[in-house]
Amino acid sequence: MSALASRLVQAIMVALLIGAATFAMMRSLPGDAAWRIAAGRYGYDNVDAAAADAVRAELGLGGPALPALLQWLGDLARLDFGTSLVTGRPVAAEIAHQLGASASLALVAVLLSLLIGPPLGILAGLRPGGPLDRGLLVASTGLKAVPQFLMALVLIVALAVQLRWLPAAGHGTARHFILPGLTLALGLAAVNARIARDAMARIAAMPFWRFAQWKGLSERQTLIRHGLRNVSVPLITYLGLQFVTLVEGVIIVESIFGWPGIGHALVHAIFSRDVPMVQGTALVLGLGFVVVNAAIDLAVRHLDPRVAA
Amino acid sequence: MSVVEIHGARRPSLPLARMTGATLVVLVVLFALAGPLLVPGDPFAQSLMKALAGPEAAAPLGYDHLGRSVFHRLAHALRLSPLIALAAVATAGAAGLLLGTLAAAQGGWADRILTMLADALLALPGLLLVLIVLAILPGTALGFWAGLSLVLWVEFFRLTRAATRETLASPAVQASRLLGFGPAYLFRTHVWPEIAPMMLTAAAFGTATAIMAIAALGFVHVGMRAPTPELGLMMVELLPYWREAPLALLSPVLATFALLLGLTLLAGSRET
Repeated sequence: MSALASRLVQAIMVALLIGAATFAMMRSLPGDAAWRIAAGRYGYDNVDAAAADAVRAELGLGGPALPALLQWLGDLARLDFGTSLVTGRPVAAEIAHQLGASASLALVAVLLSLLIGPPLGILAGLRPGGPLDRGLLVASTGLKAVPQFLMALVLIVALAVQLRWLPAAGHGTARHFILPGLTLALGLAAVNARIARDAMARIAAMPFWRFAQWKGLSERQTLIRHGLRNVSVPLITYLGLQFVTLVEGVIIVESIFGWPGIGHALVHAIFSRDVPMVQGTALVLGLGFVVVNAAIDLAVRHLDPRVAA
Repeated sequence: MSVVEIHGARRPSLPLARMTGATLVVLVVLFALAGPLLVPGDPFAQSLMKALAGPEAAAPLGYDHLGRSVFHRLAHALRLSPLIALAAVATAGAAGLLLGTLAAAQGGWADRILTMLADALLALPGLLLVLIVLAILPGTALGFWAGLSLVLWVEFFRLTRAATRETLASPAVQASRLLGFGPAYLFRTHVWPEIAPMMLTAAAFGTATAIMAIAALGFVHVGMRAPTPELGLMMVELLPYWREAPLALLSPVLATFALLLGLTLLAGSRET
């Protein structure tokens, strides 16, 4: 259980770090934060000094730093995220609203990547050095060098603008999932496939694998009985580490495709200096990583009892 | 910004792949440095008469939607983000090396606190940190440098700490210590040769990550500001005109891809 304890420490550090960073952001915003926030609320044409002063007084933007930092972290510890400076609604409610859209997009992306990457990787790993293996190496190296925004650009131009098969942006129907999901999935699959391939090649070279075939199992039976579970352990571990890549992708991809999720909200919050929203979204993303990886720690122990021993 | 793990027993990385990577990077850098010298021109000069016009002698890659030479904008963009990326990698590498060696040599609380900090930073998406730092610091280039350094040092720290711990526990280092050699000698003869190749790989990956981050944030309009020639910004500006001027959009796309592919290949066989 020491693994869970260290995840707990990690979670606390993440919260402290984000609290301190967003506080610094609040304090040292270039320009007058009050004006910016007022502009975000009332529109850029309707801002005057009175509105800015009203915002400053309401949010306590003046005053000494240290008590303000302690109060800030205290609010955080009580899970009081405050209200959005722009919309005036509680941050928790805003995030709860957006998290669903992001989570469904991320889930679609991960499932798509698992459908594309590991099967190809396993086939390549069964014949190391074969044509599929070499082709996959080239393809995954090339795909890894394509940043997510570039992938989005290529897919939009090819599938949405030229062929007009899919909508370029938007949210609502299943068709809208395909382009952003595919953008994220291809990047993840490029790595997934290599990991599955390496694991499969390593396992297929082991004595137990040869023994299984020697006792008469077909290749298919050997794979299902002895291969898949072994391949799944490194694959799942990497899935946890890829969560950060996935979140970065979600931030970019949601902004490009106009997806009403948490990444889109984060970019907007940073743009309009809505610090409570930045803090809330950053916390959800950072703690999400810790929770996902804690779950993966447990899943790996279950799949591979040697880890726990 | 993604976690990178070294695989102990991978096939030896092909020198061919590394050579290809180095060639690609050198070609792109050569274009950025020598291009404007061969064909003089101004990346900011507008001429709306020539908006989206095709290539000509003064502008070998044609003109963008405001009639600015794509060739010169691209050359400037290819100087800007790699420069910021290299500065960030140098800072992050130095910090990671220093703190990693310190953590491994000292152990105890220094080690524990640094590792906790590094673990917490690992849980945060790099782009998020860069965005927050960009909002705090004045000046986009300065913000990118600071934010990317903050993100990238973790990787150098983890690699250095792991390798140094292992080396410091080896019999060779014990023998050196018994002979009375000081920490500077130990670092130079035992630790540095062990971590130097890793540092190079991590630096190539870090540079690629930094260039990607700058371009990605430019693409969603939260990075560099409009008149500055920047890779992501150029792409998003030219995207609406891609039917009229496909070459103008393709040039930054291909240059970015070539640069990132080159750096990835140069880095060698590592995952993610």
